[in-house]
Amino acid sequence: MTQLAARCQNLRKTYGSVVAVDGLSLDVVRGECFGLLGPNGAGKTTTIEILEGLLVPDAGEVEVLGLRWNRDEHELRQRLGIQLQESQFTDKLTVEETIRMFRSFYDRGRSVDELLALVELESKRSSWVVKLSGGQRQRLSVACALVGDPDMLFLDEPSTGLDPQSRRQLWSVLERFRAGGGTILLTTHYMDEAEVLCDRVAVVDHGKVIALDTPKALVSALGAPKTIVHEGTLEDVFMSLTGRLLRDE
Amino acid sequence: MSDPIVVDRRLPRGGAYPALVELTLARLREFVREPEALFWTFLFPMVMSVAMALAFPSKAMQPVRVGVLTGAAELRQALKADAGIALRDVAPGNELRALREGDVDVIVVPGSPPTYRFDPTREQSRSARLVVDDVLKRAAGRSDPWTAHEDAVQIAGSRYVDWLIPGIVCLGIMNNGMWSIGFMTVQARLRKLLKRLAASPMKKREYLLAQMFARLVFLGPEVAVPLLFGVIAFGMPVNGTVLNIAGVSLVGALMFGAVGLLLGSRVKTIEAISGLMNLFSVPMWVLSGVFFSSSNFPAMTQPVIKVLPLTALVDAMRAVVLEGSTLGAIRGELVIMLSWAVVAFAIALKIFKWR
Repeated sequence: MTQLAARCQNLRKTYGSVVAVDGLSLDVVRGECFGLLGPNGAGKTTTIEILEGLLVPDAGEVEVLGLRWNRDEHELRQRLGIQLQESQFTDKLTVEETIRMFRSFYDRGRSVDELLALVELESKRSSWVVKLSGGQRQRLSVACALVGDPDMLFLDEPSTGLDPQSRRQLWSVLERFRAGGGTILLTTHYMDEAEVLCDRVAVVDHGKVIALDTPKALVSALGAPKTIVHEGTLEDVFMSLTGRLLRDE
Repeated sequence: MSDPIVVDRRLPRGGAYPALVELTLARLREFVREPEALFWTFLFPMVMSVAMALAFPSKAMQPVRVGVLTGAAELRQALKADAGIALRDVAPGNELRALREGDVDVIVVPGSPPTYRFDPTREQSRSARLVVDDVLKRAAGRSDPWTAHEDAVQIAGSRYVDWLIPGIVCLGIMNNGMWSIGFMTVQARLRKLLKRLAASPMKKREYLLAQMFARLVFLGPEVAVPLLFGVIAFGMPVNGTVLNIAGVSLVGALMFGAVGLLLGSRVKTIEAISGLMNLFSVPMWVLSGVFFSSSNFPAMTQPVIKVLPLTALVDAMRAVVLEGSTLGAIRGELVIMLSWAVVAFAIALKIFKWR
């Protein structure tokens, strides 16, 4: 039997009359990189925040690393690395001070120097956060997620707003994390990112999983436009599944 | 012999101090890197003390202001000769206005005998009337049975400025505590930093405690600077011990830190926290006796005023600084302050919103 890093069953979460997550179930296998794809407002962030123990679902079961949030929160927090969408670190702390502060929360973990090297921020060690570029901030955020040497990493839209170089740098950090046996669950808007990083993806819309497989299988299942122009990509799958209407949150 | 094993005890855990220390350091760094914060903390109390001392100087030295209707040379001569009188001309018809606007304390209308026009409900007017009456009667030939020796003394410690400065120190403790903690907390929530911290294994209690501890580091200079300023610039006496003053300041700062935390515990916008802080603190600027004695308020309101956080702090601070009271003598105020601190912190911890 394959070991599960995270599983959730029949999750449901509503905000007033809005159903954000509607009976969603997922299994994430240990050691894999699992992607949640979906348009804005599909319920990706709500789902990942439930798995991160930041939101309590209205109904459904959640298990992460074989543990439960209501019983084992302390251990889970020690063993998970989390990156949130849009969270900003303190402007007038330096990169090193920020990582050091996060390091102090964990019983075990990597040294500040090791992390700075990993995310290639050594030259920015003494810069204030406010002076960093978008890509550098994102790398700092990844460093803080990795500071406790986690077994599993949650990333919510990690490459939104990054330039191509920063994205590749981020991908290489994530691949190194996986090479060390780590599990990743990420959400993304970018199909190419999912194709490069993810072993399996779930396409989520209206709070439900509407497709789940390897990127390759999804593409071939589409029966891909076998035209000469281009081979089918995950992008085609996504558009065909979720439609072409613009989604505004 | 092998090389000795060097154990670096300064930074355990991959280069970090314990969480409570790191969180406190982070808060302190943020503070000292914000120049405006330094202004409000150190310069503001001094500017305030000078302004208030200029606006309300010790009144004994001031001459009384007497208005005389134009003409009446003889009367004018007599009044002018006295050093305790500042004479002003008042055009007929303007008398009431001059009195109302406080240009003069009393108006002398020439005649035989003259008429004093003044407002008996105003203390200055009443004393001006006495001075004028004395001067004019003497000029008219009154002979006094004797003239007393006058021994003018000014007791440092009983002047307005002496009374005021400890109050301003307390105002600083309140403002800095509430604003720095409440404001920064809301800002961290707005930026989703609190949510990020809550996603880590950080102990929430430690975060909240660190906010309060960071406050205490600057408390020393914050209290000492305006007090020293008072001593140097105005010769204000400090009769309490440094230890007792520090004790009162510490308890006051913990109290207002906890209150700031409580006010900022759920609010999501800067506007809302500003409103909430003002709602809580502005009444105390008036009620708690910082600028004028709170005994001016009706007796039935006194029990309420006494238990206000700022009143307790101001009363305790004045007792220690001016009267040299021991902490035992102000235990009532200390109990009030510690109660505020404990209750506010406990509620804040309970209802605090991390997202």
